Amino acid sequence: MNFTASKQPENCLLGPESDSQRTLYPYVTGTSVVALKYKDGILMAADMGGSYGSTLRYKNVERMKPIGKHSLLGASGEISDFQEILRYLDDLILYDNMWDDGNSLGPKEVHNYLTRVMYNRRNKFNPLWNSLVLGGVKKGEKYLGTVSMIGVNFEDNHVATGFGNHLARPILRQDWHENLSFEDGVKLLEKCMRVLLYRDRSAINKLQIAKITEEGVTISQPYSLKTYWEFSAFANPAQGAVGTW
Amino acid sequence: MFRNQYDTDVTTWSPAGRLFQVEYAMEAVKQGSAAIGLRSKTHIVLGCVNKANSELSSHQKKIFKVDDHIGVAIAGLTADGRVLSRYMRNECINYSFTYESPLPVGRLVVQLADKAQVCTQRSWKRPYGVGLLVAGLDESGAHLYYNCPSGNYFEYQAFAIGSRSQAAKTYLERRFESFTDASRDDLVKDALMAIRETLQGETLKSSVCTIAVVGVGEPFHILDQATVQQMIDAFEIVGEQEGPAAAGQEASAEPEPEQGGAAAGEGVAPMDI
Repeated sequence: MNFTASKQPENCLLGPESDSQRTLYPYVTGTSVVALKYKDGILMAADMGGSYGSTLRYKNVERMKPIGKHSLLGASGEISDFQEILRYLDDLILYDNMWDDGNSLGPKEVHNYLTRVMYNRRNKFNPLWNSLVLGGVKKGEKYLGTVSMIGVNFEDNHVATGFGNHLARPILRQDWHENLSFEDGVKLLEKCMRVLLYRDRSAINKLQIAKITEEGVTISQPYSLKTYWEFSAFANPAQGAVGTW
Repeated sequence: MFRNQYDTDVTTWSPAGRLFQVEYAMEAVKQGSAAIGLRSKTHIVLGCVNKANSELSSHQKKIFKVDDHIGVAIAGLTADGRVLSRYMRNECINYSFTYESPLPVGRLVVQLADKAQVCTQRSWKRPYGVGLLVAGLDESGAHLYYNCPSGNYFEYQAFAIGSRSQAAKTYLERRFESFTDASRDDLVKDALMAIRETLQGETLKSSVCTIAVVGVGEPFHILDQATVQQMIDAFEIVGEQEGPAAAGQEASAEPEPEQGGAAAGEGVAPMDI
């Protein structure tokens, strides 16, 4: 039997250097993504900010991207992990196209693939630090789902990530209905994004709205929302709230 | 085919550019008992002849469900067929798990063909000795494919493989133009007729054949003996097709009316000997 200590290779997962291999904290992050189903497909909104901790460092980050012919992916959380996910999906769509048969991966398939990826990474204690929103239309069927960094996934008529869950979803629960027109859908999303702009410190006033229908994906040019800061509650925030500052 | 000095290894070419081992593997398919398949726009029917070794034994299973939307009928070395069915089931279930969606049959067939091709290019392997009729659905509708030991695959409207399959093929060639728009029940009847052709005079009974159906809205399943016997009785008595067979769409027993309808009519192919 050999009692001499064996030297581990540098990239091994045992020993003190192993933690540098795993994601422990996010560094450059995006904030909420909000999305809803409307008459012709899905509408999704996200701002263009990339925060570095509490600094709003990057202001031109596209957090929504088209995937294949039928899907649109929006992400919050670590931007580099989002870019990694886009690479995985790029390969996936490439191989799907290479079959060159009449079949193609729809939004449901992409959503489930992402769920598997996120969950498997979570099980290895090396998560992709993102909350994803996947929307699309295929053969007239609208699909909207979300996956979190621990692999929790579900579908719904409207979804949001991060702060959007707390600030936007209640608005959507009240105001969303089946067969919204495009204009009404955009107005509803802007209402949500405005609230997020007022109340989420990582939000910036530069957003994009993306639309996906049977015809394809359109992502708007970046624009800003009109804000009003003269509300009396903003001018005098401590009034009526004992103990606040 | 006679033995020659180029037929020992699958990795040896003959001077005429043939791989004899692969061709011998295709012979094995021809020796197996017959299997047939035919399809319409929305349904595919698979059928096979069951040969039991003796009165005492049961017959070999030659039709396998691969997934709700895919099934396969085999001819040749049934052991090889069983192993390939297990591979197909595995591929389907893995795809379903990852994508929550059924694996398109066209892709499964290519994977199967690539697997067969590997065995024609390794000196330590031998080709699979089984032909597979793969019936399945994908985005573009109903499909029927034939996978050979050579690693080739073809799509068919209708096909037959195994011993005495030529008789069935002749019948199918005569009738195939009507298959695309045929009803599900007509398709099953045509399958039974085709099987009857391969029996060469033997009586067609549900104990000598197996029928399976898959279609849009109908998961792959093997029809039970009673249903098959009813369908045989229905067309054998009359010799022709009858209208109201449109009863059960499911495998559940159709209350087959003994409407001895002297419904003449519908060109039944004269039996080939």
